[in-house]
Amino acid sequence: MVKFEIHDLNIWFGSAHAIKQVNMEVQSNEILSVIGPSNSGKTTFLRALNRLNELNVNYKITGAVELEREDVRGIEIEELRRKVGMVFALPLPLPLSIFDNVAYGIRIHGEKGKEKIEEKVEETLKQAYLWEEVKDRLSESAFKLSGGQQQRLCIARTLAVGPEVILFDEPCSGLDPISTAKVEDAMVKLKEKFTIVLVTNNVKQAARVGDKTAFFLSGELVELNKTDRIFTAPKDKRTDGYIRGKFG
Amino acid sequence: MRKLKEFVIEKLILICGLASIFFVALIFLFLLKEGLAVFKTVSPFNFLFGKSWYPISEPPQLGILPLILGSLLVTLGAAIISIPIGVGCAVYIAEIAPPRTKEALKAGIELLAAIPSVVLGFIGMVTLVPLVRSIFHLPTGLTALSGSIMLAFMAMPTIVSIAEDALYSVPKTYKEGALALGATHWQAIWRVMLPAASSGVLAAIMLGIGRVIGETMAVMMITGNAAVIPNSILAPVRTLTATIAAEMGEAVVGSEHYFALFAVGIVLFVISFAINVTADLFLHKRQ
Repeated sequence: MVKFEIHDLNIWFGSAHAIKQVNMEVQSNEILSVIGPSNSGKTTFLRALNRLNELNVNYKITGAVELEREDVRGIEIEELRRKVGMVFALPLPLPLSIFDNVAYGIRIHGEKGKEKIEEKVEETLKQAYLWEEVKDRLSESAFKLSGGQQQRLCIARTLAVGPEVILFDEPCSGLDPISTAKVEDAMVKLKEKFTIVLVTNNVKQAARVGDKTAFFLSGELVELNKTDRIFTAPKDKRTDGYIRGKFG
Repeated sequence: MRKLKEFVIEKLILICGLASIFFVALIFLFLLKEGLAVFKTVSPFNFLFGKSWYPISEPPQLGILPLILGSLLVTLGAAIISIPIGVGCAVYIAEIAPPRTKEALKAGIELLAAIPSVVLGFIGMVTLVPLVRSIFHLPTGLTALSGSIMLAFMAMPTIVSIAEDALYSVPKTYKEGALALGATHWQAIWRVMLPAASSGVLAAIMLGIGRVIGETMAVMMITGNAAVIPNSILAPVRTLTATIAAEMGEAVVGSEHYFALFAVGIVLFVISFAINVTADLFLHKRQ
């Protein structure tokens, strides 16, 4: 099933043309990796999906991003961001306890029942492979967790509000290989239920977890194909150059 | 030659650095020496908790409880008024206002801070005092409430600018994280931004209160200066600061009255010091 459809998408920040005429689709229940050098527009593309770009002043967009055939600009923004969750590059616990970090999202969407919240927190911490490590210290500050644990906490927090899509913005850029592996495990497991878009600077990570891979360069979508095709027989010379590490 | 020059300059700077501490110590010692003398005639307990302040009766009655309560009442009132408005204003400036409004508001706040307190007191006397009198049908508008309102204006610039600074320095990522979960702007401010900035905001409040409790001129002009224990916020009061300012000129040097005023100064010093230290603790917790 098609989750996102992107038509003729162009994005500017002031005079900088960050996304140039992108057309593509994102299928549900798979991981789409987005790769490309820095400043290629990957993150901007990702933030167009949950309208987080709109926090910037001087932001301009043409074309359309459709979530299940509905223009995202037509969806109420809080509802859109509930459906399209996001995990950031740096682990970003809120200045609250471990429990409250996960409960925060549930509460802002109006859930008040204490038991229901507790249930949901446990369930999502398990989904993020974090429950075993934190179940005895839920009231401690989230800042006491290690970087990898914090990142999985952020995943749990995102899951707790009941999203359909999860956007990962270079989620492992600050993590060691073991923590990275744990986050990747979680992602692969999560795609059974969710649609995942993964922006990554790590080409190998894209190869490991992505079902499809999109290659961005200078704001253009150069190539989008099944991951094994991209990595074995890329159609575009530039894709080939990038994944072989010739530039970027 | 160059070495000598270097040496002299270094020592000069050292003296400048030590000077501030030296002067504070001198002032404090002088305050202690003059102030503690009062306890030869009145016990510390009777001084702090005595209910009547008749310094020139015979024998003088030197109980400063009415003054302490006057100060506390005016400060409390000012805090109740200025904290919500000040913090609200800071949130608006830091988070909501469009850039131009923001600049205008910041300039306005700075201007408010620049108004001399005697001018504020004067304006309060001719506008606020009659207003309070007619609204509450009082014999006089020179009340603790008038003082609180005026002092709230003086505390506000401190609270707004420091709290705004604290909110501004909350990492932008916190806000994005909350918004990305589907929080509304206000939910992000209330549950994430304010808690993250809480120590700075608390410090702002403490410093604002410190400003209020040490203020003299405006309160002296509009609180009525009656050294009795206030029974309501609509009663005239006299604060610690106003007492010193009003009476020091006529106290006979070396008299019990004179020493008592210095002792009032010590009390004031201790209160301000405690407030500043608390604010400092909050600020350092933040870093």
